[in-house]
Amino acid sequence: MLIEKYSPLEGKMLSIMDIEGNIVKKDLMPQIKDEKILELYKMMLLTKIADTKALQYQRQGRMLTYAPNRGQEAAQLGAIAATEERDWLVPAFRELGAWFYKGVPLEQVYLYWYGSEMGSKFPENVKMLPVSVPISSQINHGAGLAMASKYKGEDHVTMAFVGDGGTSHGEFHEGMNFAAVFDAPLIVIIQNNQYAISVPRHVQTKTKTLAEKAVAYGIPGIQVDGNDIFAMYLAAKDAVERARKGEGPTLIEAVTYRLGPHTTSDDPSIYREDSEVEEWSKKDPVERLKKYLINNELWSEERDQKQIEEYEELVNATFKRVENSGETPLEDIFKYHYETMTPILEEQLKEYKSNLEGSEK
Amino acid sequence: MALMNILNTVNHTLDHEMERDNTLVVYGEDVGYEGGVFRATVGLQKKYGKDRCFDSPLAEAGIVGSAIGMAINGLKPVVEIQFSGFILPAMNQIIAHAARMRNRSRGRFSLPMVIRAPYGGGIRALEHHSESLEAIFAHIPGLKVVIPSTPYDTKGLLLAAIRDPDPVIFLEPKRIYRAFKQEVPEEDYIIPIGKAKVIKEGRDITVVTYGAMVPQVQEAVKQLEKEGISVELIDLRTISPLDKETIIKSVQKTGRFAAVHEAVKSFSVAAELISTVNEGAFLYLEAPPTRITGFDITIPLPRGEHHFLISPEKIIKKIKEVVEF
Repeated sequence: MLIEKYSPLEGKMLSIMDIEGNIVKKDLMPQIKDEKILELYKMMLLTKIADTKALQYQRQGRMLTYAPNRGQEAAQLGAIAATEERDWLVPAFRELGAWFYKGVPLEQVYLYWYGSEMGSKFPENVKMLPVSVPISSQINHGAGLAMASKYKGEDHVTMAFVGDGGTSHGEFHEGMNFAAVFDAPLIVIIQNNQYAISVPRHVQTKTKTLAEKAVAYGIPGIQVDGNDIFAMYLAAKDAVERARKGEGPTLIEAVTYRLGPHTTSDDPSIYREDSEVEEWSKKDPVERLKKYLINNELWSEERDQKQIEEYEELVNATFKRVENSGETPLEDIFKYHYETMTPILEEQLKEYKSNLEGSEK
Repeated sequence: MALMNILNTVNHTLDHEMERDNTLVVYGEDVGYEGGVFRATVGLQKKYGKDRCFDSPLAEAGIVGSAIGMAINGLKPVVEIQFSGFILPAMNQIIAHAARMRNRSRGRFSLPMVIRAPYGGGIRALEHHSESLEAIFAHIPGLKVVIPSTPYDTKGLLLAAIRDPDPVIFLEPKRIYRAFKQEVPEEDYIIPIGKAKVIKEGRDITVVTYGAMVPQVQEAVKQLEKEGISVELIDLRTISPLDKETIIKSVQKTGRFAAVHEAVKSFSVAAELISTVNEGAFLYLEAPPTRITGFDITIPLPRGEHHFLISPEKIIKKIKEVVEF
């Protein structure tokens, strides 16, 4: 088992590909078909472009608050690529690549950040919960989803995401502990991007790694180079297989870096040095996989440029549609609080509507 | 038919529904092997196995949060919070998620789940074992709040809560858990959520109460009737959504109103009831509506609790003031 060779208590971190895209641990290179690697790369590229564009739209005053993902594409996509369509994804809020992989349309992603609940009503086949703003509370949902899969005798697993700051939260502990006690098929991915808004990782916890917190729950934990998509995939694949076999949860710490701000309202220059950002830019996960693909003659700069232009066009067209999607229908803000609207809600809606009609006269 | 108290009825109802619906799971602290500190779930683990009735780790957010995940994934969890005063660590899950998941997902995810919790004072308990927090839950859009007062209602309301597609906070009046027995039918029946019950018709004043206060008010009413005051007594049964219609109709008939509950006075269920009366029956009122409630203080420990609790004498005195206004 992978975890036995990479104990976080011994300070070991799983990594397969170096920053130049060379496979340095050939024996560990997971068996992934070239087509799938290409598919993942394209999804990373789309994630990067959709993300960068969203930030631009926000700066142009066209988008509301947005939480960028730049730099964390491999952590998200490497992990989720180890799951299947039947598995559940429980997001925090910064997993754009994983959402795409799961099948969430870009239009919905933008709708969400544009201020519409319709952005969280995913298609029926997309087994993903809406974004969970209260930090770490989603880990308990993940535990419950996984417990239910186990109860029903299904081999479905649940993959839940959380940030480094989220591990400080009581609900992180409760969710991890529930999943462990009940051997629930849950994989928790900590995207350790080094900062919780402005607060650095070392202020969150006294432990050397976040992965070693698994020890306290009696489950495996592993620290992975989160900017190495192959390492993320391998660790997640191992965890998913364990969960499917009924062997319980796994904790994976993806060591990564948020190249952008926490959200569009944040100014990271207050709390971190440019030199640090430059250092991490060299480890950019998208560049790294591109180099691998080009080294292996699976991709070229020309195809890359063409793909980027294609995605930029798609992203711009999608955002235009979102900008033209109009207001939320009035009924919608009332009618989804209960399966059937209560008499009191009906009365409030009716009164408001008649006021609106009155003001139009 | 069998003679049961409220506690036996909770147990009987869970048993009834677990037999009928194998997606129903019951868990919480001490709920499995022991059957709960009040024994509400006694025997269920033995009968249905550890997969369906089990002890959870001691973590209320974990209990409610995992129930949310289960409800999304096809189960119907009925979880127990040992005392309603212990529910506070789970408030993030209840308010930020349980109440919102349907709206947040625009109807894709509904949460058919029940959170049971014994509530209220008068049992000479330690701190945090006597709270009445119903108004806090009733304030939150997306939640339903139900409080039974009799064994018969407990079965009908609990079955309605379990089968409801939305999350229901089911507060059990622990002070009267074992206070009296009633015939409870073996067969299946539902008491709809959102409907109050007129316990007794009357002419002079409408008195609305619920849960553990119902027997106290009934005792007061007996005395008042002897003195020639005719009381229309309503058991709310559901705090939210509120049955405005029944209350307004009654006050339009009696012209007077009093609300009785143990919870604190300000920003309370009683305050909401009086607003309802003002909005719907103002011109029928012959006296200012009144609140007979706990003080705006932390419920005292047993040596001082009697000052806080609502006795029939307090109720009689206040109602007379309204009638004689």
